[in-house]
Amino acid sequence: MPSSIVELAAVQKRFGKGPLVLDGIDFSARQGDFVALIGPSGCGKSTWLRLIAGLSPLSSGSIKIDGAALEISKRELAFVFQEPTLLPWLNVRKNVEVPLTLRHSPPSQRRVLCQHALERVRLAEKVDAYPRQLSGGQKMRVSLARALSLSPDILLLDEPFGALDEITRDHLNEELLALRQEQIWTAFFVTHSVAEAVFLSNRIVVLAPNPGRIHAEVSVPFAYPRTIETRRSEEYFQLVREVSRLLRAAEQTSAS
Amino acid sequence: MKSRWPSILLPTAVGLAALGLWSLVCHIFKLPIYVLPSPLEVLAAARDERAVLIEAGLNTALVTLLGFPLAVIVSAGLSLLLSLSRSVRASLFPYLMALQMTPIIVVTPILLIWFGSGLVSTILITFLVSFFPLVVNTTQGLISTDEHLVELFRMSKASHWQEILLLRVPAALPYFFTGLRISAILAPIGAVAGDFFAGNSNGGVGGLGFRTVIYSAQLKTPALFATAGVCCLLGFVLVSAVYWLGWLCLHRWHDAYARNDR
Repeated sequence: MPSSIVELAAVQKRFGKGPLVLDGIDFSARQGDFVALIGPSGCGKSTWLRLIAGLSPLSSGSIKIDGAALEISKRELAFVFQEPTLLPWLNVRKNVEVPLTLRHSPPSQRRVLCQHALERVRLAEKVDAYPRQLSGGQKMRVSLARALSLSPDILLLDEPFGALDEITRDHLNEELLALRQEQIWTAFFVTHSVAEAVFLSNRIVVLAPNPGRIHAEVSVPFAYPRTIETRRSEEYFQLVREVSRLLRAAEQTSAS
Repeated sequence: MKSRWPSILLPTAVGLAALGLWSLVCHIFKLPIYVLPSPLEVLAAARDERAVLIEAGLNTALVTLLGFPLAVIVSAGLSLLLSLSRSVRASLFPYLMALQMTPIIVVTPILLIWFGSGLVSTILITFLVSFFPLVVNTTQGLISTDEHLVELFRMSKASHWQEILLLRVPAALPYFFTGLRISAILAPIGAVAGDFFAGNSNGGVGGLGFRTVIYSAQLKTPALFATAGVCCLLGFVLVSAVYWLGWLCLHRWHDAYARNDR
């Protein structure tokens, strides 16, 4: 049994004096888990990621990585935002290298890691292009390459493909799983799409709103690597229906 | 690719039509030359005064090329300071506004008392006239950085200096150039106005503002028109240089500056 890598215990979060955004979150992710977070708007999905990323402090409770406090963790964390979040004045190569540059890694090493990451997202020929010359899907791939160039242990994805058309989104989902075969990370993936959650993850957390809390957890039994065939199987459709039902139920509950 | 001809032909046609109308007005109403000289009389004055106008133009250009960069440097530093926090902005901005709101003709006598007439006063007037749009725009640029990019930097444990130099400053460049374009129009005006109120010929011909004082005292209206032409020329050269510099820095990545390469 693999040990837990990310552990949330009795996590509460509120912004300022506002209402609770997350309440009583207990969750433990094992190494290699692909956790999808799904729930109605305002259920604190993105906040969950931001807490793990250390971008926002907890109100109470604890988040531990390898059993130790977040701040002292040696694990490499990467965040993929909903928008590509590229620096428009840098070309693709330099964009991918940004986190490495900020960590003062030597130029020769940066080059190799960047080249490798771009090859994996099939954008090696675009190294010299500027973001404005890329399509939405290509920009997202650069953003993904930037996250992967760090060889992260934990990958946090905040609705990364939400703004893309469905075909591009399906392709990127397949690519993301292919990347996972090469480099195992533990992922938290926020999405609004049940189909996407079922296809990508091995665990789905359904959240209920006001305040955000865990409504149900579903485990997805399909073995990796998953392919387009997975998407066509009867079991896949059944699970999509099941999660949709849970999501509907979560929407109707309210703690008040 | 679209033809560039309309963008050259149209303004030329408008200019020629205006000159024609102007000549016609002078011809019909027989106005005295000191009220409204004809275009040809202005041209003649420009030819007669060319040595003086060229020297005066160069003197004013010098003032502009000292005062304008001073405004750029001071505003860059000030903008960095203002971008640090909301409270810094709240404490300093009212006074910057007050400085901008004080008419330059009220400030000038004070500068004259402190520094006398001449180069220092005219440079300071050029600076005062042109630095405000730079401060406003550059500060806005420095505080408008995409929040997610800032978070990306913080997650990568970027230092404060890395965040400023590698993120906030380049992100502010388009704003900076917007300010620079406005200031480039104001700076030569400031240099001429400064020279008008606080100029000093130092035995030479003075700058364009000083010439304006002389020519108006002598009622040399054609020469005044020619002086106006030199002022415009100076402004156009500076503004063109600034547009070119902006294009050079931004055309590869900024949509508003890029054309025909998509």
